[in-house]
Amino acid sequence: MTAAATGTHELAGPSRTRGRVWVFAAYAIAALVLLPVLALAWEASRGSEGLWLHLAKNVLPHAISQTLTLLAGVGVLVAVIGTGCAWLVTAYDFCGRRVLEWALLLPLAVPTYIVAYAYLDLLHPLGPVQELVRDMLGYDSPREFRLPDIRSMPGAILLLSLVLYPYVYLPTRAMFMTQSANLVEAARALGTTRRQVFRRVALPLARPAIAVGVSLALMETLNDIGASEFLGVRSLTISIYTTWVTRSDLPGAAQISLAMLVLVVALISLERWARRRQRYASSTQRSRSFAPRELHGRAAAFAFLIGALPVALGFLAPALYLAIEAWRRFSFAGLSDDLLIEARNTFLLSAIATSAVLISGVVIAYAARAFPRRAVLVAQRVATLGYAMPGTVLALGILVVVAGLDRWIAASAREILGISTGLILIGSGAALGYAYLARFLAISVGSVEAGFSRVPRSYDHVARTLGKGVSGVLWQVHLPLSRGALAAAGLLVFVDCMKELSATLLLRPLNFETLATHLYGEAARGTYEDAALAALAIVLVGLLPVVLLARVGRGRD
Amino acid sequence: MVKSTALHGTIAASTLLLSAASAASAQELNLYTSREPGLIEPLLEAFTESTGVTVNTVFLKDGLAERVEAEGEASPADVLMAVDVGKLADFVEKGLTQPVESEVLTESIPENLRGPENNWFALSTRARVVYAAKDLDLDAITYEELADPKWEGKLCIRSGQHPYNTGLISAFIAHHGAEATEEWLNGMKANLARKAGGGDRDGAKDILGGICDIAVANSYYVGRMRSGAGGEEQQEWGDAIKVILPTFEDGGTHVNISGAAVAKYAANKDEAVQLLEYLVSDEAQKIYAEANYEHPVKPGAPVDPMVESFGELTVDSVPLTEIVEYRDQASELVDKVGFDN
Repeated sequence: MTAAATGTHELAGPSRTRGRVWVFAAYAIAALVLLPVLALAWEASRGSEGLWLHLAKNVLPHAISQTLTLLAGVGVLVAVIGTGCAWLVTAYDFCGRRVLEWALLLPLAVPTYIVAYAYLDLLHPLGPVQELVRDMLGYDSPREFRLPDIRSMPGAILLLSLVLYPYVYLPTRAMFMTQSANLVEAARALGTTRRQVFRRVALPLARPAIAVGVSLALMETLNDIGASEFLGVRSLTISIYTTWVTRSDLPGAAQISLAMLVLVVALISLERWARRRQRYASSTQRSRSFAPRELHGRAAAFAFLIGALPVALGFLAPALYLAIEAWRRFSFAGLSDDLLIEARNTFLLSAIATSAVLISGVVIAYAARAFPRRAVLVAQRVATLGYAMPGTVLALGILVVVAGLDRWIAASAREILGISTGLILIGSGAALGYAYLARFLAISVGSVEAGFSRVPRSYDHVARTLGKGVSGVLWQVHLPLSRGALAAAGLLVFVDCMKELSATLLLRPLNFETLATHLYGEAARGTYEDAALAALAIVLVGLLPVVLLARVGRGRD
Repeated sequence: MVKSTALHGTIAASTLLLSAASAASAQELNLYTSREPGLIEPLLEAFTESTGVTVNTVFLKDGLAERVEAEGEASPADVLMAVDVGKLADFVEKGLTQPVESEVLTESIPENLRGPENNWFALSTRARVVYAAKDLDLDAITYEELADPKWEGKLCIRSGQHPYNTGLISAFIAHHGAEATEEWLNGMKANLARKAGGGDRDGAKDILGGICDIAVANSYYVGRMRSGAGGEEQQEWGDAIKVILPTFEDGGTHVNISGAAVAKYAANKDEAVQLLEYLVSDEAQKIYAEANYEHPVKPGAPVDPMVESFGELTVDSVPLTEIVEYRDQASELVDKVGFDN
């Protein structure tokens, strides 16, 4: 959609000033996201050349190849699982499909580091799986017989994909559901088989959704620290972490993360470039879903099993493991009082951050649609940068910015009022909110954009002709038509805020714990079983939006 | 910034008044720590009970120094607590600490366990030891022997970049120089039964799971596992191993520390010093020994019987300050040999 910004699409009209507000708001949000990046760049520029040489020679080659392998593997696997499952539950009807429709979202509620840990334990020679295998084969001790180690690149790709595929499944299914039935029916009437319809009609139409989903999953992969670490993958993110933590070299870490940022921008640009000539707008009044094909007997059972597999592996197995561990822990040591307070903290923080992220996402996406000037489009790209950075590194950038502001506020308060304010922004949690906003804006911008892109441009022009202002068009045309996309974005952001660990750990106020930081504190001791309760709580709270979303999806039927 | 002295004086006075007021009204202090909360909570509770000073903690595993640095003069931190001598050295390098004049501290803590100009203080020590399978015919081992090909495919260890390991590698550099250390790391890498990673307890778990025969880990985990506080499973891991105190060929056993410093801009300096002094009291050192299974820093303070059963600890002669110097080199060598890859 980067049609040379000639202004042809601009919703020009009498209210230029109103438009200016949108544009400036978009600039302001982009600036907020850019600030920590600039702070990082400044930090990186203070680095030593000697270290850079060491990194380039001994660290980066391996880290980059590991990262690219991981990204390629996860990208392919989430695209296959996510798209396959989305097609399965929209093109076919079988017993259990209704359940699968929402159950396929469940892995969203499980953080990557918990899934990795759960599987390490489940598949450990001392774990239930290998014990069962040994029993069946008649071995007594793990010294006599062991399965290969999950701590490997294939293991990491598989486990990450099992919890990240919903990022693809969710938007792709929405796309399949709203694809106009007449396109599919026309294709069928022209004699294409079902399989061909999928390949030649549904898949090309769903490409923007798949692309958005895959890029989100890939950024999650890049950001992950826990899972890669547990599974022995030395990704770029881990290198950044060790450079910073072990060598206390923030400039060096900033240098690697900027290099990583380039990689991400390249990924996104490539994806955009591949779709440069395509336009997606459905011209039907009300999209109807095409009639799914009914399956019976063996075919239905097979379809259900295929669809249930990702749910079982990505959610049921780790969640059951957590539930059992949590129960054992609970019987052994009882429940800590802090857990309820932490759950409340987590929920409030995530809810506030989610609204901010959604509103900002709508502003950016709408400004880019109504005023697609080059500068606005650049602002839109910039606004999505935060998601591409590992949370830790972004948090460091934010810390530099926010703490500087805090110091200035504190100094001014001392000067002018003679009172000591302490660190107001960090102390109040505003810094945390900022981090979440910068980090997850990409999700809402991406989803809202995908939603808006299905609204034909003629609607905007008609609404304007009928005397609606720029904002009126948004309120009365785009938002109602993009409800589903907004709900999807809200869900993704909320769950991501809840799972967020690295930035939360660094920027949270004194005596403030979220479920994730509690869990991490426990995990630092290597006693995940103590954290099983907190982990289970994260998973349970994460289920709420999944339920909500399933209802929104159903409202369409 | 030119300011009138009158204004200056007023601000200074009001700030003083304010801080005095806050100190008098609410006896409290803010602790930034990278120690696991569960380990220091008993100590802090005991401190509050005996002094009436409440402690607000923030637990930060990574980025503690950066956060305090960014907060600058406005930082609420009074005490900075960390494991690993390197982290404490970082605090000093970044100018986040202040020297402390306290006879109680200088008399209780030997000089080699204090930072330059008393900028930090060790509060407990822990040894980097070898866990071996119970039935393994092995009573003694040197750190150098960990690279011996006879252990091929039998060794477990956490990431080479973890401070516990970089500390050990720094000590190796101090003993044998960088070249020999690189060779040693290569030898150890060839001996790994699985990728370097996980935590120290995983060494014991993986020995029980038949993945490895020996593992390098910290001493205090054994006590925690065997105590059953972490559940039955961990007790089984702890019972599956025996502990060997390794030494350098020309030295003793490598130890690292947990310690604390008073923050440079501490508003509650008196309470901060009070906390440190409490932590080296007999009562607190006993908690370190009994609840955490660490070695006390105070000469003559009792050790937990289980820790005593590991044998006589001969602390290696390389001073902690020297270990700090080789830290970056150790970390770079880990990268160079691709220890974690």
